[in-house]
Amino acid sequence: MGPEAVLELFGGLLSLIGAVFLLLAAIGIIRMPDVYNRMQTGTKATTLGSILFLLGIGLAEPAWLGKILLLIVFIVFTNPISSHVLARAAHYRGIPLADGTVRDCLADDEAGQQGVCE
Amino acid sequence: MANILFYTAVSIALLAVVISFFRLLIGPSAADRTVALDGMTIISISVITAMAYFLGRVIYIDVALVYALISFLGVIAIARFIERGL
Repeated sequence: MGPEAVLELFGGLLSLIGAVFLLLAAIGIIRMPDVYNRMQTGTKATTLGSILFLLGIGLAEPAWLGKILLLIVFIVFTNPISSHVLARAAHYRGIPLADGTVRDCLADDEAGQQGVCE
Repeated sequence: MANILFYTAVSIALLAVVISFFRLLIGPSAADRTVALDGMTIISISVITAMAYFLGRVIYIDVALVYALISFLGVIAIARFIERGL
């Protein structure tokens, strides 16, 4: 096996690990109790899974590594922003939290209370 | 050997898209559906890049980049719509 075959094998393994994270994110999206928990799994796990998956393809085809790194940087920058904006919109709209929620710091903040959150 | 790994990875990612689609169908509020749609597009970006690798065409990575951009703008627009209307 030459170095290219080793890189391809390593990239395939990395892509497989990333795909498992993507699957876990999808399971979290369908299993979590409320919209905020779904948002958390659906953003963090897909970000990590996408990074691993794209890095695996970039290792298998090293000539494309620049563009793939650009794609990774784009995903890392935009994914938290979109989830943050969406969570803020959902909270502003008054979508209820799950039953097991202990504390809602944003609601406390909007009501002007100084609590544990500070 | 490496091809089998990539094919397995793409199959798992497509399964993840299908699982997320059920949340898009049953999600009680608009925010749930948007979360599912966002997850589906992020997973699809990986699948498009894998297609570029299988077909050996680097131009498809640009397709994935534009798709990511459109998905981001769409989620921002939908969130703004949920928050206060267009």
